[in-house]
Amino acid sequence: MDLRQETGGGLWEALRDAGAAALVTAGLSFPILALRTVENLDNKLELEQRWPLMFGAAMLVFFGRLAARVPGAGVAARWIVFVCAAFAAIYLVIDAWGMDADFPAPELVALAVALAAMVGLWLTAPFAATSALARKQQGARAFLGARSRHMEFAGVFALFAFPLLALWLLGPQGSLKWINNYGVQILIYVMLGWGLNIVVGLAGLLDLGYVAFYAVGAYTYALLSTVFGLSFWICLPLAGLFAAFWGVLLGIPVLRLRGDYLAIVTLGFGEIIRVVLINWTDLTNGYAGISSIPRITFFGIPFIDDDETGFAARFGLEFSPIHRTIFLFYLILCLALLTNAATLRLRRLPIGRAWEALREDEIACRSLGVDTVSTKLTAFALGAMFAGFAGAFFAVRQNFVSPESFTFGESATILAIVVLGGMGSQLGVAAAAVALIGGMEILRELDILKQVFGESFDPAQYRMLVFGLAMVVMMIWKPRGVVSSRAPSIYLRSRAAISGEHVGEGRG
Amino acid sequence: MSATLLALRGVETCYGNIIALRGVDIDVNEGEIVALIGANGAGKSTLMMTISGDPRARRGSITFAGRDITKTPTHEIARLGIAQSPEGRRIFARMSVLENLQMGAAVCGSGHFVEDVERMFAIFPRLKERAQQRGGTLSGGEQQMLAIARALMSRPRLLMLDEPSLGLAPLIVKLIFDVIADLNKTQGLTVFLVEQNAHHALRLAHRAYVLVNGAVAMQGAGRELLERPEIRAAYLEGGQ
Ligand SMILES: Nc1ncnc2c1ncn2[C@@H]1O[C@H](COP(=O)(O)OP(=O)(O)OP(=O)(O)O)[C@@H](O)[C@H]1O
Ligand SMILES: [Mg+2]
Repeated sequence: MDLRQETGGGLWEALRDAGAAALVTAGLSFPILALRTVENLDNKLELEQRWPLMFGAAMLVFFGRLAARVPGAGVAARWIVFVCAAFAAIYLVIDAWGMDADFPAPELVALAVALAAMVGLWLTAPFAATSALARKQQGARAFLGARSRHMEFAGVFALFAFPLLALWLLGPQGSLKWINNYGVQILIYVMLGWGLNIVVGLAGLLDLGYVAFYAVGAYTYALLSTVFGLSFWICLPLAGLFAAFWGVLLGIPVLRLRGDYLAIVTLGFGEIIRVVLINWTDLTNGYAGISSIPRITFFGIPFIDDDETGFAARFGLEFSPIHRTIFLFYLILCLALLTNAATLRLRRLPIGRAWEALREDEIACRSLGVDTVSTKLTAFALGAMFAGFAGAFFAVRQNFVSPESFTFGESATILAIVVLGGMGSQLGVAAAAVALIGGMEILRELDILKQVFGESFDPAQYRMLVFGLAMVVMMIWKPRGVVSSRAPSIYLRSRAAISGEHVGEGRG
Repeated sequence: MSATLLALRGVETCYGNIIALRGVDIDVNEGEIVALIGANGAGKSTLMMTISGDPRARRGSITFAGRDITKTPTHEIARLGIAQSPEGRRIFARMSVLENLQMGAAVCGSGHFVEDVERMFAIFPRLKERAQQRGGTLSGGEQQMLAIARALMSRPRLLMLDEPSLGLAPLIVKLIFDVIADLNKTQGLTVFLVEQNAHHALRLAHRAYVLVNGAVAMQGAGRELLERPEIRAAYLEGGQ
């Protein structure tokens, strides 16, 4: 069999394909990378031109794509081509930059090469697998499985490295924005998305009042810590338990409802919780909210500027508020990963399978002996529990809670993340959270738009418009969400995604 | 004479104020294949679902293996050993064939899951080829095989099939009926079968009931009913 046929054409086609990809990259990166606005000494905006960056990116994509598509090459060869290209591209950029004194060139090069190599491996693996498939299907499947595990590890590692890297590259001042606004903020929504995914994505119960459980968690920590002086680490599980309890409480009356009706009742439930929080002023302090909630401590050691007891002093560091932010980042990262791990684990257990079956067909479930009542209630309770954890985290991060934070808009955002992510796909939900929440943050900062639309233009005001537009485009382009494929929880011999191409022709 | 496994006495079921079943008496003995035939809307599917407890019988009693299950919750009825392949197959569309089978085994734990899956694949080799495929992308016949296999995964004492031949090519219908006959003969599985395909059903069944407007109008041995002119006129004209 001719491998050329399988990898889709000859060298010429690979070149053309790579060229096209590079052009697209150049086009996309033109507004993002090539032009930047900076304030000059007179406080006027100036366009800074950064063409090498754009060319570097295009080059990287060109060679990466070429390495992936070039016919007949082995994995090692693809690798070598790609890494060399990456080196070349990065050196081009740095050279053109003129090697600023404060530009950490060697480190950045090393990092970029590592990243590029990772991306390259990821890009080339499926193609390598295609040719392997021709030789030996089983081997290819094992390879694909290994790749995805590889990527999981790399992803988690990158997440753990992110705040330290940001700190190292940008310093305590510059990195705050990245760790807090992007890192922590996005991770909260990733976690909420994963939690709601249990209810909506897996069990198929459309919940429009999810933010209520988030509120329950937040107020649990706020009240227990301010009134009884309980520490965060005691309140965290309590917040989860409490939210789960409310999840069951909501679950019981809506057991017989599905679809639209369920959505309306849960919507009402979310509003009820918010209205109670507003009006029960004795307990919740109404609109004014609860302030001066104790801040997070490093397992008892406070993050304060104190020579004796503070975190920085104990660990021999110079005091900086960034330490707390970084700790918060790791905390929410761990909570989110916990949610993910629990969901993945549950999916393989009978209860997780029952959730998915329930989403597909309730009558069939019952006739197969599935206790639909307890199945639904556990979905509600578990989903609510993770929202409760996230709520407690929210309270300790803001050290202030008020009903304002728990409006229907929040529920809608979280639901949008789950739907855009592909209803049930963990990776898809995370990607959607990054795109939506990160996108909103970026929009807030896009000063370039001011140049187009005038000084008074506030991009943040239009984010809902962009958000809605993105939603419509997504639904046309990929109506089943970013990641619509679903990995089954059981395999015959080895891992393989369910798809037509892995199934032999039927006979008879 | 073998013992009665399932007994319905004066079962009445309503949907709101529509009466679907008007006092049905039916017996299914251990090791028998019993067929239920009737026109569209006669109440056959309602009868099956009533045995499973959804909807509930308003009057009368249902006994299974000597135990009154009239008021037992639906999921517990399945655990007692009644498995159903419901009308319209109701495959879990987004789950793989294997996962569908897993759902069938949910009530009896995973102790002999692998063994049972192999048994199902031996009965329906077609399912083995499709093991990783989504249930919803199977052909109608394959879905029917999967529905039956899924029901069998719980190692039931009574297998209830609602129109297993619906919309299938004659060859597949024959295959499925052969499988039912074989399971009954070799493993002594008791089968309660609802069918529009009266010809096949009556030839296969030891005994049969004819349901008309929610009440049993006729009963007797399968082949004997097949000979009756009124049955031939109502259910077999235009057939073979
Ligand atoms: N959920 C329901 N609500 C109201 N009426 C119903 C419901 N389900 C069935 N019916 C009515 O009950 C009667 C019996 O329906 P059933 O489905 O049991 O018929 P069937 O004998 O299985 O017919 P078919 O051969 O067409 O499947 C019909 O008149 C039907 O309209
Ligand atoms: Mg019917």
